[in-house]
Amino acid sequence: METITCECGHVNPYGTHLCAMCGRPLSDEEKQRKIVDMRYEGSAVRSKTYNVSIVDKIWNFFSSVKVGVTLIVITLVAAAIGTLLPQTFYIPVSEADAAAYYEQVYGEFGKVYYALGLSDLYTTWWFQVIVGLLGISIIIASIDRGIPLHKSLTNQRVKRHKSFMKRQRIIAEGPASPQTLAQAEAQLQKMRYRVRREDGALLAEKNRFSRYGPYINHVGLIIFLAAIMMRVIPGVYVDESMWAREGQITAVPGMDGYYLENKEFILEFHEGQEQTDAMMEQGVNTVAKNFQTDVVLYKQPEGALPGDTSNLEVVQEYSIRVNHPLTESGYSLFQMDYRLNDELKEMTFNLTNKATNESLGAITIDLYNPEPQYVIDDETRIEILGYYPNFTGFEDGEPQTGSRFPTNPAFFFKMFTPETPEGETSFVGIQQTVESTGNNAYKMAFVDAQFTDISGLTIRKDRTIPLLFIGGFIFLVGVAIGSYWQHRRMWIQQQPDGTLLFAAHTNKNWFSLKKDVDAVREHAQLPIYIDQLAEQEQLRDQEGGRGE
Amino acid sequence: MEKKKKRRFTRALILTVLAGAILYSIISSQEGEKRELLAVGDAAPNFTLVDMDGASHTLSDYRGQGVFLNFWGTWCEPCKKEMPAMNRQHAIYESQGVQTLAVNIEQSPFEVQKFMQQYGLQFPVVIDTTGDVKQAYSIIPLPTTVLINPEGTVTKIITGEMTEQQIAQHMESIKPTEPTAQLH
Repeated sequence: METITCECGHVNPYGTHLCAMCGRPLSDEEKQRKIVDMRYEGSAVRSKTYNVSIVDKIWNFFSSVKVGVTLIVITLVAAAIGTLLPQTFYIPVSEADAAAYYEQVYGEFGKVYYALGLSDLYTTWWFQVIVGLLGISIIIASIDRGIPLHKSLTNQRVKRHKSFMKRQRIIAEGPASPQTLAQAEAQLQKMRYRVRREDGALLAEKNRFSRYGPYINHVGLIIFLAAIMMRVIPGVYVDESMWAREGQITAVPGMDGYYLENKEFILEFHEGQEQTDAMMEQGVNTVAKNFQTDVVLYKQPEGALPGDTSNLEVVQEYSIRVNHPLTESGYSLFQMDYRLNDELKEMTFNLTNKATNESLGAITIDLYNPEPQYVIDDETRIEILGYYPNFTGFEDGEPQTGSRFPTNPAFFFKMFTPETPEGETSFVGIQQTVESTGNNAYKMAFVDAQFTDISGLTIRKDRTIPLLFIGGFIFLVGVAIGSYWQHRRMWIQQQPDGTLLFAAHTNKNWFSLKKDVDAVREHAQLPIYIDQLAEQEQLRDQEGGRGE
Repeated sequence: MEKKKKRRFTRALILTVLAGAILYSIISSQEGEKRELLAVGDAAPNFTLVDMDGASHTLSDYRGQGVFLNFWGTWCEPCKKEMPAMNRQHAIYESQGVQTLAVNIEQSPFEVQKFMQQYGLQFPVVIDTTGDVKQAYSIIPLPTTVLINPEGTVTKIITGEMTEQQIAQHMESIKPTEPTAQLH
């Protein structure tokens, strides 16, 4: 079972179809054929050789083209199902409400879709298993076919057995002059064939490398898959997002030790632009020209603990614009989103005499960092008793705040004036004033408010991108090699009886091969060739015609 | 036969390596989201924050004591409710080697100061002005309380309001076995 010894004496591995040395058909299957199957050069596909142990059985399973194609189809179908509805990552509700969202928006189908876990399909273990199996299939099939093919291609003999020659698709046989081989060699070399001669036989080859095309593109695919798999390694891939408030320093998520200060968010529009009908229809009256966040990126000194912002060092100042991210140590910060005038930054009040409308002075309160008191002069000052950045109403007489963000600020003031040295209290919110006594002499009159913008940034780091590019490039090189070049071969042999035996083969584009053969015939005296496949077909057609 | 054995070995090796790589990537990606969150049994991430008196508090300085780490905000209703109870239990457990540390999330000193006065808080309150410590502890809802034992390991993460009894139990659970541990 181990080997097959050919008549020429060459020992071939079990499962070989054509002797690697002389090309004699070895399998029964091959012997019955009129034209040999030149796939993998008739070498034994490794998986076809042994099928005994568990290891071999698993190996053969993955080596199978049928299994490979099935895996590709399953992957495609599964991936397509994932596109039927938006994945949970893209829906506008939190994970907790996802189930309700799918049912509400997509009805019964959405409910089933969510229940089956299809709403987060690409991260499910089974999808990853399928892709993984496909990867194994590609690798094993490549090893299983590529290595024997490579061996056959590099060990080719010039002189092949008559039975191999005669079973080629393009053959010729007939009388020849003694110079034929030399003439053919000269012409073939001119046509950039690599010619080898040996003992009255000639082998001319061109573009053998194209046979490696499929294997090269498999290597590219495997690199691509491996790069995607590498994303799970900590530190290789980061995809985070953050809101940066103007004037605030915030820790950058995913980027340990880095802090970002949003200096200013800028939104610019194209000016003097006419509103087209299409814009009118969509309710657009201006078109944005620029989204920009001016930032300062800080870094903690080496070894500093989280939260320690005492010695921040400026790393860089940059204006982040769309498609112009800030880049630092492999990280990129992109402009992604914004909220305009969503929060207030500062409020200015006038301490005003209610009767005379006379002002004793104005104070401006930083809403992100209010002071306990604001002094106007020796006898005039305002104490803040309470600050409610997002005032939501009173509960048991106590003002409540709904969040820490100054979206609806309110204050409990105590106003001291020369006239009222005891102080008067007043609760002041937006368009709302509540006085405990109801007869205050002074009030805090709202003058002005400064709004602040919030910029939405995403933080990205992807160490796998160079690998993805390399994988993609190798893949395309493989495809190009396999598509645009063909491996063409011609064999010419002087036979003992003085006649000439000719055969030609290519893995694709037989038309061009025939043109090459014709070109050789112009310079060397070769017998007229026949295309055995075309002949067979003709014969079949004729027989078929008669049958009717 | 030698050749056959060798081939079987190579094949088995290739298959094992491939299966291992795939298993690793699948498990890692399934665990990925969990791994980024702080979990019980993890070493508590060290940090330094400044309290309302200007004193720095570094977590590792409390090694040998239990740390009752409470993340809160003045706008958060349940935080307000559990504060008085925490204050009372702090008075009991401080002398037993359990340090209470309240971390305010990105608010102004004014608001925190007012709140401390209003509730008469006796334990140190630090402000996480940049949200750095919040990220390190992957805090999402408030209040969240992280129990850290004297060895610096997270023993429990409690989200939501606690009753006074629960607070007492939690503090008890991280008490150092040597009751004099805090007297260094």
